Amino acid sequence: MGEPAIVASGVTKTFNHGTDNAVTALTDIDLSVEPGEFVSLIGPSGCGKSTMLRIFGDLISPTAGSVEVFGKSAAQARLDRDYGMAFQKAGLFDWRRVRANIELPLELAGWSKDKRARRSSEMLSLVKLPDFGNHYPWQLSGGMQQRVAIARALSFEPKLLLMDEPFGALDEMTREHMQLELLRIYRQLGTTVVFVTHSIPEAAFLSDRVVVLSPRPGRIHSIIGVDLGRRDENTRESEGFFRKTTQIREALRSVEAMP
Amino acid sequence: MRSRLAPLWPPIVVGVIIVSLWEGVVRAFDIKEFLLPKPTSIMAAVGDQWVPLRTAGWQTGRTAVAGLLIGVVTGALLALVISRFGWLRGSVTPLAVALNATPIIALAPIFNAWFGITDFRSNTAVVIVVVFFPVFINTGKGLDEVEPNQIELMRSLAASDTTVLRMVRIPNALPFFLTSLRLAAPLSVIAAIVAEYFGGPQNRLGPFITQNASFSRYANAWAAIVVASAIGLALFALSALVEKVSMPWKQGDPSRA
Repeated sequence: MGEPAIVASGVTKTFNHGTDNAVTALTDIDLSVEPGEFVSLIGPSGCGKSTMLRIFGDLISPTAGSVEVFGKSAAQARLDRDYGMAFQKAGLFDWRRVRANIELPLELAGWSKDKRARRSSEMLSLVKLPDFGNHYPWQLSGGMQQRVAIARALSFEPKLLLMDEPFGALDEMTREHMQLELLRIYRQLGTTVVFVTHSIPEAAFLSDRVVVLSPRPGRIHSIIGVDLGRRDENTRESEGFFRKTTQIREALRSVEAMP
Repeated sequence: MRSRLAPLWPPIVVGVIIVSLWEGVVRAFDIKEFLLPKPTSIMAAVGDQWVPLRTAGWQTGRTAVAGLLIGVVTGALLALVISRFGWLRGSVTPLAVALNATPIIALAPIFNAWFGITDFRSNTAVVIVVVFFPVFINTGKGLDEVEPNQIELMRSLAASDTTVLRMVRIPNALPFFLTSLRLAAPLSVIAAIVAEYFGGPQNRLGPFITQNASFSRYANAWAAIVVASAIGLALFALSALVEKVSMPWKQGDPSRA
């Protein structure tokens, strides 16, 4: 299978390190993610799941420990543009048309205009918005904007997709629809995904493994493997799905109950 | 075309009603001309005094436009420099905010001393300073107030600070800058006229107003005010046009009616 996508060892993050208001967000995180794997991080607020995602993406540096991404330092992986990112807010640029938003990473990577246009057309059909390339972001619904954000994150075929509650602001129906879309695209492109969420069904539906984090300080409580095969709409009503959501829920309850 | 001009009609109608009421009230209650001249007398004075008014309006307008351009450019450039070099922000921006709170017009006599009381630069300097602050502060705000996720996204794509400035901060600041321009444009005419009250060449709107008022020729003074308003309105319309043209993505955006 080759080298792992992410290897985090002994990762600790203390904000305001060495001062009176030092806060330890994460302690002693060891985690390994395989290439092509879909891993969710779940936990109550304050458990450091977003911090963890940002440490993987070299947006925050750990106080101790190390992160390797495809055998390189996280910093090198960032400079090599190995990361695609998507957040709860779509974060599209108002002044760019949808197509230009999707092409932004390609522009930064120095792609030619023709190549960019071809790729953005492909991405637009991949996220099922083929006719919206010339629209401005405000002309799109929240769900459509989020699809553009995903298209932007994947336009340059990054090896690793980091997502911070990307569907958190969407209504339930749109959200379930977007989950299916994401899985379809993920299967098609074969990327590795680390996905932060606080929705139990979302984590169970999407992931190969669910990492349950406990708060104050953030640490890994347990890792739950989710073997539900190929997901579709029926998965949500299957017994296996119910068992997994129950298992994740119980893990989260024991986390909350801890002193 | 019809729909574009449609929003102009309500203010025009209300304006006509107000001017008619003004005329009617002055006539009905026989209000003395030195208290409030009739709009018809004011328009007659505009015609009567057209030659000196045109010269004065041209000169004052030039002062306002020159000060506006210099103030806008320096304000925006300084905001850019400060945004690029973060360590300056903590020291310069609070200072600018504090200076902005001082009544800048009070500087007019000082500038007269610096550049000479009859030198046009004294009045222009007042306009520059008045225009500078709103542009500097608003543009700075637009450069800084970027969605944190957007900065994170750019960093995750290995974009340099300069690239972030060019591709994110500057376009993000554009609406802020243009709003400040729309504020500053009429302000420049006010600043020019008030500065002229304190001295400077005599063939300007400021001295025209004070001299006619001191000789109780109030209709003439009001005529100069009409000319000043026209200049202010023209500059405002121009800046509104610049705003429309330079932000095509805002066209028809319901979130900014």
